[in-house]
Amino acid sequence: MNNNQIPLNQLPVGKKANVTTLTFDGTTRRRMLDLGVIDGTEIEPLYKSPSGNPVAYLIRGAVIALRSDVSQKIMVSML
Amino acid sequence: MGLTSMSTGAKVLDYCGLNIEKETEQDKIVALAGNPNVGKSTVFNSLTGLKQHTGNWPGKTVTNAQGKYRYKDNNYIMVDIPGTYSLMANSAEEEVARDFICFGGPDAVVVVADATCLERNLNLVLQTMEITENVVLCVNLMDEAKKKKIRIDLEALKSRLGIPIVGTSARSGRGLDQLMDAVASLTDGTFKAEPLRVTYCEEIENAVSMVESVAAGALQGKVNSRWISLKLLDGDESLLRSLKEYLGYDLMQNEEILQKVREARCFLEKAGISYDQFRDQVVSKIVKTCEEIGNKTVTFEKVEYAERDRRIDKILTSKITGIPIMIALLFGILWITITGANAPSSLLATGLFSLEKPISNFFLWIAAPEWLRSIFVDGIFRTLAWVVSVMLPPMAIFFPLFTLLEDLGYLPRVAFNLDNFFRRAHAHGKQALTMCMGFGCNAAGIIGCRIIDSPRERLIAIITNNFVPCNGRFPTLIAIITMFFAGAVGGAFQSVVSTLILTAVIVLGVTMTVLISKLLSKTILKGMPSSFNLELPPYRRPQIGRVIVRSVLDRTLFVLGRAVAIAAPAGLIIWSLANIHIGGISLLGRCAGFLDPFARLLGLDGYILMAFILGFPANEIVVPIIIMSYMATGTLTDLESLTELHALFVNHGWTWLTAVCTMLFSLMHWPCGTTCLTIKKESQSMKWMLVSFAVPTVTGMLLCFLVANTVRLLGLV
Repeated sequence: MNNNQIPLNQLPVGKKANVTTLTFDGTTRRRMLDLGVIDGTEIEPLYKSPSGNPVAYLIRGAVIALRSDVSQKIMVSML
Repeated sequence: MGLTSMSTGAKVLDYCGLNIEKETEQDKIVALAGNPNVGKSTVFNSLTGLKQHTGNWPGKTVTNAQGKYRYKDNNYIMVDIPGTYSLMANSAEEEVARDFICFGGPDAVVVVADATCLERNLNLVLQTMEITENVVLCVNLMDEAKKKKIRIDLEALKSRLGIPIVGTSARSGRGLDQLMDAVASLTDGTFKAEPLRVTYCEEIENAVSMVESVAAGALQGKVNSRWISLKLLDGDESLLRSLKEYLGYDLMQNEEILQKVREARCFLEKAGISYDQFRDQVVSKIVKTCEEIGNKTVTFEKVEYAERDRRIDKILTSKITGIPIMIALLFGILWITITGANAPSSLLATGLFSLEKPISNFFLWIAAPEWLRSIFVDGIFRTLAWVVSVMLPPMAIFFPLFTLLEDLGYLPRVAFNLDNFFRRAHAHGKQALTMCMGFGCNAAGIIGCRIIDSPRERLIAIITNNFVPCNGRFPTLIAIITMFFAGAVGGAFQSVVSTLILTAVIVLGVTMTVLISKLLSKTILKGMPSSFNLELPPYRRPQIGRVIVRSVLDRTLFVLGRAVAIAAPAGLIIWSLANIHIGGISLLGRCAGFLDPFARLLGLDGYILMAFILGFPANEIVVPIIIMSYMATGTLTDLESLTELHALFVNHGWTWLTAVCTMLFSLMHWPCGTTCLTIKKESQSMKWMLVSFAVPTVTGMLLCFLVANTVRLLGLV
């Protein structure tokens, strides 16, 4: 287990990280898989919305906004 | 391009179902699939010549639409299926898309992909190729990719995937001929496809073979047995339901197949692949294959290829500037609408009302009875003239402007900025998108609610859609604002003041949307917000000229058509109501008199409330009806300018409070007839239609009551 693992919502804007685990099941998990969020996928938070939630992430070339209820369950390790 | 006459008004009711009619047996069915927002509808429109709604945000195409094109003496029936990231049936659209590809019997499936984001798009391509061999890949937006210095090796892609591949820039029509050619060569068998098959790890492949050996027999070649076997192992309930419907019998009743599936799962379990891990492994393998293909075929010549988009986004969504810019843009659009509508409005009014005399003279000349002249001139013609001169110009200006913003890709940013409010209201983040659509047409906004998967959140979006004023209600608001509030200012500031007030009214509408959504989430539609993801697509330069020409033409024709279809009969009814007397009082007077005490409580009068009731078929005719009813009981005749209108209203007891309450009520009352029908159709329930009718009505009445009586108590009028 990598010890600099953090939930995606704690990753600062502009820092890149690799996905290590998805800690949700069901539809949300499948949706994330469809977007190509699997083990090892590189994710970078690009910018926050005016209130700080949701945050826009760069995922495989696409900009995807996620609310923190989803991003806190995506574990990443910083590069 | 943006909202069109096809996607707004009553037309939204017609294009839902799917019933493919071939003219001849040789006609080929071509399904058009693709990720959301890759220009699928543009390809569809260019090929079929139809005007399906397009716009730069994910999820516009929410239904299957079909059209035809002819290529080299063959007919092709093209079916535009909803945009999806996947065919794993995680949502209603994905189910529709998958079912059509799988069971709709398409001769070819064209998957449209975004060249600027090819790797992610390949996911859907590979999934489609698992279902059918007849796939054509259309790599669209090649022009955008070129601008961003992204180079795609189409030849390498073609040899890797083994299917026909065409690069297109659908907006400028480039590559479409080659696309039609590729479809033709695939469907007539001249192109021998050797589609890439994603191979999974040995254990999964073995398990699939075990199931396939028995499933193939049961399926009799009707559906791809390898793919079905994968899905059987996955336990995909929704597919099994559709399959049962399609085959006419339940595969899961087949003891032999059940036995094999159990065996195969056991085998996987022993190999360390649990039921849950199975799908993860399948998806991961596909994603990794996409990554590998992407690495070999796509070159980013500039690392920061999207730098400009990022910079714009940072400004448009930042904490300090995000929301102010949004309001400023709204203000700008409204200001252009109000200022721009002035001149054409008065020109139309002068022109149309100068026709009144010749028409009257014509009736005198043919010696028609006075009542006939009166019906035509004072009833039908005047109402028509009002709708056209007061209502048409603002609509014809607002609509293209809104469409430009939509095409640019700004709406998802609005949703991104506003999401916090919707999240706290326990509503879906995409509700901001459907709300924006409501500005164009509430019925279109309600159809758009299909992009929201969760039924609870979708109902909330449907019920509250009416809180933003549609295109048909803007002119009413503008007319009242100009008469009662901005008129006093005069000069250059007049339009600025009008715009400020109108912006405030809209912000109030948005606020009410959020508040009522929250209220619904806490009461009849209790629940927590579902998780969602929203793609912020790259900005695209809108085709300004085409948008303006099309939406002005479409809108103008649409409003004119509606004016004739609804305003003219309404004019006739009003005239009759005003001129049929019982006991010395006109019917209109009686109805208004009956409504009057209640209307006064709301700060309105009987005629105004009556106008809203008679305006049920179309909101555009509310102001004309008020004018008509006052004219029928009043004495004024020349009403070409708003100043004279103002005098007419004041003579009938209007104060600034009446104006405020009329505006509030215009913002918050029952949805128009078309919208009600759409709600019934979309929610499949009379109950939710009635709720959608009651919620804004009750809210509006309460608010008007509060405002009117507070002001009266304070003695401000």
